[in-house]
Amino acid sequence: MTEKIVCENIGMYINPASCEEYEKRGGYKALQKALTLEPLDIIEEVKKSKLRGRGGAGFPTGVKWSFTAPLKGKKYILCNADEGEPGTFKDRIIMEGDPHKLIEGILIAGYAVGAQRAYIYIRGEYYASLEMVQKAIEEAGKKYLGEEILGTRFSFDISIRGGAGSYVCGEETAMIESLEGKRGNPRLRPPYPGTEGFHKYPSVVNNVETLANIPSIIAKGGDWFASIGTEKSTGTKIFTVSGKVETPGYYELPMTATLRELIFDHAGGIKGGKKFKAALMGGAASGAFLGEDKLDVQLSFEDLAENNGCLGSGAVLVLDEDTSILEVLKNITEFFVHESCGLCVPCRVGTARILSMLTDIINGKMSKKDFEKILRVARIMNRTCYCPLGQSPLVPLSTAFQVGV
Amino acid sequence: MDHESRTKQIHTILQEFEPERENLIAILHRIQDTENFHYITQEAVKAISDYLHLTPSEIIGVISFYTMFSLNPRGKYVIRVCTSAPCHIMGSTTIIDALKEILGITVGETTGNNLFTLEFSSCLGVCDRAPAIMINHEVYGNLTYDSLKKVIGGKV
Repeated sequence: MTEKIVCENIGMYINPASCEEYEKRGGYKALQKALTLEPLDIIEEVKKSKLRGRGGAGFPTGVKWSFTAPLKGKKYILCNADEGEPGTFKDRIIMEGDPHKLIEGILIAGYAVGAQRAYIYIRGEYYASLEMVQKAIEEAGKKYLGEEILGTRFSFDISIRGGAGSYVCGEETAMIESLEGKRGNPRLRPPYPGTEGFHKYPSVVNNVETLANIPSIIAKGGDWFASIGTEKSTGTKIFTVSGKVETPGYYELPMTATLRELIFDHAGGIKGGKKFKAALMGGAASGAFLGEDKLDVQLSFEDLAENNGCLGSGAVLVLDEDTSILEVLKNITEFFVHESCGLCVPCRVGTARILSMLTDIINGKMSKKDFEKILRVARIMNRTCYCPLGQSPLVPLSTAFQVGV
Repeated sequence: MDHESRTKQIHTILQEFEPERENLIAILHRIQDTENFHYITQEAVKAISDYLHLTPSEIIGVISFYTMFSLNPRGKYVIRVCTSAPCHIMGSTTIIDALKEILGITVGETTGNNLFTLEFSSCLGVCDRAPAIMINHEVYGNLTYDSLKKVIGGKV
């Protein structure tokens, strides 16, 4: 039985929004401990844990906090719950299954970097998450939010903001624009939000799963956390498996697990006894295709990167022998065409150009040999687009080409 | 609700928020959710513009950016079909065809009785229950032609 960290309480509650139930399972003990420590010591502990961001980029959390902590004045924690990457639903599971763990993580982050307020930006389609987290904040508010929390000098508040249907708002600067009530067009970085974010104030942007790891790190120590997983990928990761498997769902595993173990031991193998063709790993839009030869790769940041893959959001979309990779690519590209914000030309024009060429290949108007032309456009986009949305189609396209289209 | 009470209601909704631009998206959600046909009227745009001191074009710019907002009247039930890759692999095209057949409309249209509007959605985050759709705030997953027919039938 593998140890669960983020999902340890999920499924154990009568009412996940109940503060009391969370406290009975040891909840808010880490916050109490944190408030007796110096903020800098908390950051050191998180650095020691080697926790890396779970939203996709994998940036070390403690290092990110250390950029914002020394800055003076108004500061924010912005929790990115705009879970829009197709195939990904881990943040929803946390928000609906153990919202207080997230709230506790946000409070500790706020104390560590000296912020006074947090916003949780939840995507608009997640009505159930919006409702659950709102109820949990109201419950937590009686004890753990507001002025002078637990009799200390730490005062903090958390508010929810809902999105309204936009994938690009998962990009941190686009999310900040949206939080400010604007169109979600990304900003050019630098400056990074850590120094200039929400209303230009220093803002730490962390993903839901990242923050939900914080209470356990503070309670059990950074060394304990670092002892799980691999040298560079510590702790566990929630993998969300979808597509042609017998038991799609979410699985929290240490990052020493292999793709084969995830698909065949945990997700029940390929649906209907069919043959495995490929897995789209790290996100069912901006992830990478891994073929049969990559089944024994460990699902860690470093092993996946070495194999032209990426851990991304931890989404795994499984394709069986009957699934057409070209059709999946066309679907992904339609997604990018729709979600491109239209601000920069390479993304707006490039996504449409790739879609038209893919359609031509599928309809036999272009030869599969011409796939190189598609990759050329994707490479230009990768070098010249404003934000990760336009930079990322190259990943699924080039890896699909390696697996064989 | 008659026109006058709706005007009053919009005014009451606006008063719930500080007149800051950062509340715009939350205001738009509230106004759209309380409007009979799930959209934002020109009159509402004007009221928000006065309240937040933004031009109507700035507000329409925000509305048109986000898929969930509409400037046109929609049906009582807005059906959002997830078209992202996990649902696609699990048969969302069959679901779209079935909906078109059952409702007699195509994507982006509203049925003659103003009951249903059919829209596409990017990933709904219920990939373990693909193919999935959302009707207003409710998610329906693991759909087949028959279960879909039952869900729609239950709304008529």
